[in-house]
Amino acid sequence: MEDLKQKPSEVNLSKSLLDIMKSNISDYFMFIALIVIMIFFTVTTDGVFISSRNISNLINQMGYIAVLAVGMTLIIVIRHIDLSVGYLAGFLGAFAAIAMSFWGWPIYAVIPAVMIMGILAGMLTATPVAKLGVPAFVSTMAAGLIFRGALLLVTMGTGTIVIKDPVFNAIGNGFIPDLPLGGLLPGRHKLTLVIGLIGIILSIYSAIKGRRTKLSYNFQVPSFGLFIAQLVLISGLIGYISWILSGYNGISWSLVILLLVVAVFQFITTKTPLGRHIYAVGGNPEAAELSGISVAKITYIVFAAMGLLSSLSGIMYASRLRSATTTAGLGFETDAIAAAFVGGVSAAGGVGTITGSIIGALVMMSLTSGMNLMNIDISVQYIVRGAVLVLAVIFDRITRRKK
Amino acid sequence: MEAPILEMKSITKEFPGVKALDNVTFSVRKGEVHCLVGENGAGKSTLMKVLSGVHPYGTYTGEIFVEGELQKFNNIRDSEHAGIAIIYQELALIPELSVYENIFLGNEVTSGLVIDSNESISQAIDILKKVGLDVNPLTKIKSLGVGKQQLVEIAKALKKQVRILILDEPTAALNETDSDNLLQLIRGLKEQGVTCILISHKLREVMEIADTITVLRDGKTVTTLDVVEDKVNEPVLIKHMVGRSIDNIFPKREKINIGEEVLRLEDWSAFSYALGRDILKNVNISVHAGEIVGIAGLMGSGRTELAKSIFGNPDHYRLSGRVFINGQEQKFHSPHDAIKASLAYVTEDRKGNGLILIDDVKHNISLANLQEITSGGVINENEEILVANKYRSELNIKTPSIQQKVRNLSGGNQQKVSLGKWLFVKPGIMILDEPTRGIDVGAKYEIYTIMNSLVEQGMSIIMISSELPEVLGMSDRVYVMSAGKIKGEMPIKEASQESIMALAVDY
Repeated sequence: MEDLKQKPSEVNLSKSLLDIMKSNISDYFMFIALIVIMIFFTVTTDGVFISSRNISNLINQMGYIAVLAVGMTLIIVIRHIDLSVGYLAGFLGAFAAIAMSFWGWPIYAVIPAVMIMGILAGMLTATPVAKLGVPAFVSTMAAGLIFRGALLLVTMGTGTIVIKDPVFNAIGNGFIPDLPLGGLLPGRHKLTLVIGLIGIILSIYSAIKGRRTKLSYNFQVPSFGLFIAQLVLISGLIGYISWILSGYNGISWSLVILLLVVAVFQFITTKTPLGRHIYAVGGNPEAAELSGISVAKITYIVFAAMGLLSSLSGIMYASRLRSATTTAGLGFETDAIAAAFVGGVSAAGGVGTITGSIIGALVMMSLTSGMNLMNIDISVQYIVRGAVLVLAVIFDRITRRKK
Repeated sequence: MEAPILEMKSITKEFPGVKALDNVTFSVRKGEVHCLVGENGAGKSTLMKVLSGVHPYGTYTGEIFVEGELQKFNNIRDSEHAGIAIIYQELALIPELSVYENIFLGNEVTSGLVIDSNESISQAIDILKKVGLDVNPLTKIKSLGVGKQQLVEIAKALKKQVRILILDEPTAALNETDSDNLLQLIRGLKEQGVTCILISHKLREVMEIADTITVLRDGKTVTTLDVVEDKVNEPVLIKHMVGRSIDNIFPKREKINIGEEVLRLEDWSAFSYALGRDILKNVNISVHAGEIVGIAGLMGSGRTELAKSIFGNPDHYRLSGRVFINGQEQKFHSPHDAIKASLAYVTEDRKGNGLILIDDVKHNISLANLQEITSGGVINENEEILVANKYRSELNIKTPSIQQKVRNLSGGNQQKVSLGKWLFVKPGIMILDEPTRGIDVGAKYEIYTIMNSLVEQGMSIIMISSELPEVLGMSDRVYVMSAGKIKGEMPIKEASQESIMALAVDY
């Protein structure tokens, strides 16, 4: 036996980094696909696609779908589905509109109230799933019908409800204010550039800190050259995006919300025990239960998070339209599910990342935006988006089977 | 002597790393009841799967002759065509369909494109009479008991003009009356000229019904006996089943230091809602610090159910009785509670409910004790790497890196990951369910060595095992289970393979 003994006192991270990159090729593939799609539309629209104005619009349009995609990712990771989120978002948006326009609630009361309602709705939908093992497909479809009815009920008397609150409407339409530095960099949104710069500094700082900690543990780290190359790539990306956004109105409030949501959920899923538990339940629920993890509790938490994100989506959408309509939320769930799958979530459970789903949402929204700019008919747009969805999932399937 | 209806010659079947059947020869005379006996893993089921085409021609070596004709079955359909039908322990009936629909499933009686239900029902009534089952053919399967479902399975086989009927532990889930009825039916079928092959652990019923008995052990034919001519009795059979020499594959423990009682069960019973019957009946056991307690018994005797019922009852059995940990009575509502009370359970089915196969080694090892490496709500991934590497080197887990996905590891290394995961919980009592199933001899030795060093440090181990040499080689004391009951308890010095097996087959 002795000769078989290995002494893994040092972890060869650079070697395993290569392994990880190879084994996660599907993640990188979607990112590369996104860039290819963007370059394609930039060429076919003579640069209009990549213009500051279009990118800014694109982000605002995808915001309310992207936050749903974040929640849907976790739902699918734990092997469920949520078909109720579209109408829940619609209903909660309408509720916010009524509370402000008819009841005169102040915005700082409306938003928390709507968010709490979202959480409760999510937990209610989860109850038959977590407690009795009712398929989420059925439970959430039923909930979706109920929310749709509720939306029609509250908008019955009035039809479309116009929202006049300027602060609320800024959520979906407004941008962060600029620094009062009149003469400097005319035509550029200075605060956006400053935030981009801060972003670059923070990412460099955390990368160096992480590398130092690894070294203090005596772990091997990627070579210095590779490390610098990574930093340059990430800094360049953040810098380029900020530069583009600064050319129009800067960072929108929608983007702020989206970035916060992504940051919080990325943190929870990758850094906390809760995140680990979610992926464990998705990877093997029985093993998770026997490891002391309550599958029912995780199910409640994930559906509650989905409810919360549905409320944000509803607020963002109502704000963007400056009104609540009877058809708000129609088809949101399909777009969110599509974004999650394009982003590499596996219906078999346990696989899928927040960042992946955001890339998925960006891919789908880029297709819509690009094809709109090219004046392609809506009928063709649907066909193209359907084809991209199924091709992405087929590709994912093939790369996973190879492993 | 009459020519055999079935001859299997020199059958060898290998799975990756295991020789399940090694040059097995099996010959059945026309019209007899031929019983196939042997321990778990002796190769009985594999042999029957080769015969029925589940393992198709080409995946094994050797030849199968039915009435002198060489057969090359590619699937179950082929073997059915040759008149061979197999009835598994897990019944293959569709619960939501009616009795007659199940009988004709795959062989529907049609007129034109439409199922002729009147004709089917009238044929079904005739067949049901043959098996002595008095139910309305329109009854749904799910509303029948297991015993009657079994009869429907047999009726289904008879419908296919069966010549050789294989029954894989048909009475395992039946009560005595149903078992007797079934044996009676087998006798009746024999009179009608149907040859029966019966796999069973219940030696008493084997003795009662068999004309001929073939004993398998470790994938080899040990002997074929004529019940009358060879004057077979139960002790003879047991001797053939277990007569394996215990090689010196068990490391010696340096010091045996048995301490206070750490776990006691009093009148512990469990009822399974899913199965609709009692699975544990008045179990009383006691485990001490520094002790390895073996739990022997055949598959289905309730050993895994016992482990799960103690470990927070994740399958939600209805429990009664009392459990004491370190003298304190405990009521666990979930595995989480059991883990907190210093229990660990390394499952029998690593892939099914032990590990997250799609995740890597380090995440699997840390999963059950994440709070240990979490500070301020954040997992310290660097500490996690240290922990994983510690167990990787202590348990000698052979993996290119701890970032490797667990499903890419061999069975033995997966088992070590499982062990590492539960050692990281730092338990006082560890339940190991079939700790060395399906792993090679070298890895087995390593796992035994780890077990010894754990109990030397004062841990208690409850080892559930179907391998008698392992039970005898590793335990300090052994309980034998059968049909959900503890049939006996022995210090290991007084136990032998024969004495354990005699209790295990006592129903």
